[in-house]
Amino acid sequence: MSLAMTRPNGGQTALLTLLRARTFVALILVFGFFAVQAPNFLTPENMVIITKHVALNAFLAIGMTFVIITGGIDLSVGSTVGLSAMVAGGLVLYGIDPGFGLMDLGWSIQFNTLEIAGLTCLVGIFIGAVNGWLITRAGVAPFIATLGTMYIARGAALLSSEGRTFPNLSGNVDYGSQSFAWIGSGAILGVPFPIWALAVVAALAAYASRRTTLGRYIYAVGGNERGAALSGVRVNRVKMAVYVFSGLCASIVGLIIASQLQASHPATGESFEMNAIAAAVLGGTSMSGGRGRVGGTLIGAFVIGILSDGLIMMGVSAFWQTVIKGVVIIAAVVVDQAQSRLQARVALAQEAQAGR
Amino acid sequence: MIGLSIRGGVKVYPGTRALKGVDFDLHMGAVNVLVGENGAGKSTLMKVIAGVESLTEGRIEMGGKPVVFRSKEDAVKAGIGIVFQELNLFPNLTVAENIFIGREPRRLGLDIDAGAQIAATRALMARLEQKIDPETPLENLKVGQQQIVEIAKALAQDARILILDEPTSALSGAEVEVLFRLIDDLKAQGVGIVYISHRLDELIRVGDYITVLRDGEITGARGMEGVDIPWIVRAMIGDKTREFPRTSKAAFGPEVFRAESIRMARAGGFAVDGVSFSLKKGEILGLYGLMGAGRTELVECIMAQHPHTGRFFIEGQPLTGDVATRIAKGVALIPEDRKRDGLVQIMAIRENLTLSALKSFARGFHLSLRAEAAKAADFIKRLTVKVASPENPVSSLSGGNQQKVVIGKALMTGPKVLLMDEPSRGIDIGAKAEVFRTMRDLAAQGLAILFVTSDLDEVMALSDRILVMTEGRIAGEFPGTAPAARIIAAASPKHPEIS
Repeated sequence: MSLAMTRPNGGQTALLTLLRARTFVALILVFGFFAVQAPNFLTPENMVIITKHVALNAFLAIGMTFVIITGGIDLSVGSTVGLSAMVAGGLVLYGIDPGFGLMDLGWSIQFNTLEIAGLTCLVGIFIGAVNGWLITRAGVAPFIATLGTMYIARGAALLSSEGRTFPNLSGNVDYGSQSFAWIGSGAILGVPFPIWALAVVAALAAYASRRTTLGRYIYAVGGNERGAALSGVRVNRVKMAVYVFSGLCASIVGLIIASQLQASHPATGESFEMNAIAAAVLGGTSMSGGRGRVGGTLIGAFVIGILSDGLIMMGVSAFWQTVIKGVVIIAAVVVDQAQSRLQARVALAQEAQAGR
Repeated sequence: MIGLSIRGGVKVYPGTRALKGVDFDLHMGAVNVLVGENGAGKSTLMKVIAGVESLTEGRIEMGGKPVVFRSKEDAVKAGIGIVFQELNLFPNLTVAENIFIGREPRRLGLDIDAGAQIAATRALMARLEQKIDPETPLENLKVGQQQIVEIAKALAQDARILILDEPTSALSGAEVEVLFRLIDDLKAQGVGIVYISHRLDELIRVGDYITVLRDGEITGARGMEGVDIPWIVRAMIGDKTREFPRTSKAAFGPEVFRAESIRMARAGGFAVDGVSFSLKKGEILGLYGLMGAGRTELVECIMAQHPHTGRFFIEGQPLTGDVATRIAKGVALIPEDRKRDGLVQIMAIRENLTLSALKSFARGFHLSLRAEAAKAADFIKRLTVKVASPENPVSSLSGGNQQKVVIGKALMTGPKVLLMDEPSRGIDIGAKAEVFRTMRDLAAQGLAILFVTSDLDEVMALSDRILVMTEGRIAGEFPGTAPAARIIAAASPKHPEIS
């Protein structure tokens, strides 16, 4: 028996390495293309703007990645963004009316920025918990459960303002919420706060996925739910955790958008779930579960973000952009299939050499 | 009249000779029963007749002329139908749609002639004297009726020879009666029936001719007159002796595990029906029985997979809670279906090995990958798993090495009781011997092992004590040295309505 890595075939291994890094290669290609073709693309200001755009999708995509690794899907994230934005806006403008509009008590509860952020995050956690409960306890398929909560959350967002926008979310010094705008547009060391937040969330997520029991269990549940359960993995808890995390990520995005625009509109976040899924898939997450990485998803989000911003800068029509995005996603999955096949072949060859 | 015969039939699979020069005659208008242990070659013989497999040597003759079946379609054209033990039906389609699946009558080659299909099915059901509406969805029928639909499907293709593989294993006593009446009718219509079953009393009742297979050879073939169960058992097992007797005298410790009147319901009865047993430290308890005897269900009850009544105790403490809790209390399961239940195929060998014991590598929530890799490497060495790299997906390993990974995963949790469900299934002889040696070593180290098997050799070779399970109940308890005939007789199910 030997534990040493055997190299079956130099060419195959090199090709495999290239395929594994395909999203990264795609990123470099897209980046290089626009650096040459689009004027002003390489300026620091532009980089920051693109990263800010990417960050919103990246938050959702990281949460979505874990959900997809367990073999599920979360369609409710876009609506959760909208509802979270409305809750944040409502809290900044009106606070909480203890009479809930039924009676006028003449006073209300107001919050400072930190409290608003916390309460907004609770919205996402709650929706995630509802998704998790429906899927693990009520036995509803993830697609249907999150489709339902998608509509409910969107409806709730519209109801919260009768479909109107909450404008002028500049906060109030008396309540300590004047710093609300800082969430979306503040900067530390010249780097906008949302990018810092993304860096922290992405680092934590990557750590959790590789170096914690929960992370390992997430992959095990997606790879073989029955097998994981028989091995002592508490499948329901794992699923609950990923949906709650996905909801939390969506809330953070809602909060950032409300703060950036200093207004919250109930339609915020429509179709964001699709962009998140696209980024995860582009980053190598397998829709059948068990495979995917936070790093890959992050790169996937950047490829999509750079592609759309770059095309805008080049003056390509929005209609063509949509087509190109679709082509890129399909191409990514086709390459992904090729990689899986090659990887299986290389591993088999190695084991055949080692065995007997 | 002989409808089909095989002369000098040899079938070689890589590594084994499943049939070693078999001469077999199939009588028309009669029930030809075929009996033998698991792996004796019954299924291979039937697959050869049904065109699923082809002979390596020898020939098949029908009406004196040699025939060659290159595929199942060829055999169907020659009038041979087979009903497998596992029904191949579509629960969401109607009876008529099931019977005509893949060869629907069509108008203009496009539009399915549903009317003709239903009329033909109705005629078939009339011939079988069954009150089954062709338009009911199959899932609304009882298992026995579904079996009849499967038979009707074979007859609809003008089968003159009908092979029934364990047709009664899922049927209730009353349904068996219906099936036997149907068999009598078909016999009267001149159909030649091959009937495979483990239920010896049933064979004697229904059969006209009997053929016994052992290790790919025919050890008995005659008319049914004068055949009794002892004769069948003798022909099935010959003069078998224990192959790997225990080398050292076993010294058992105190009781570590006990089951008290475990009962688990299933549609129309109990899968496990009032089972109690106890297990001592260092003891290997073999749980022998046929498919569907409730052994797997019993083991899964111990692992909290099914709702059940009755109680389990481990070292005197009640064993309750979810799977993780039970593992922590010292039970580990090696499931029957490695692919479905045992492994996460796309994960690395290391990750599979440590999955059950992952918490022991975590401080708080932080996982020590170094400790994990070291432990995985240690187990790979101890269990002599042949791997190129522990980081390769477990799916790249051979069956035997995969099984060792499953065993390693169970052992890493430090169990007191090890449940092994068909531990030698789907692995080659070399790996089998290693798995058995490992079991012996573990028992010598004080682990209590409950292992489920359908293989008589295995249960006799390994067990310190043998429990035989039949139809959800413990049908007998034997010392490891008990004669094979008694074990087989105990495992043969009896329908109270028949005997």
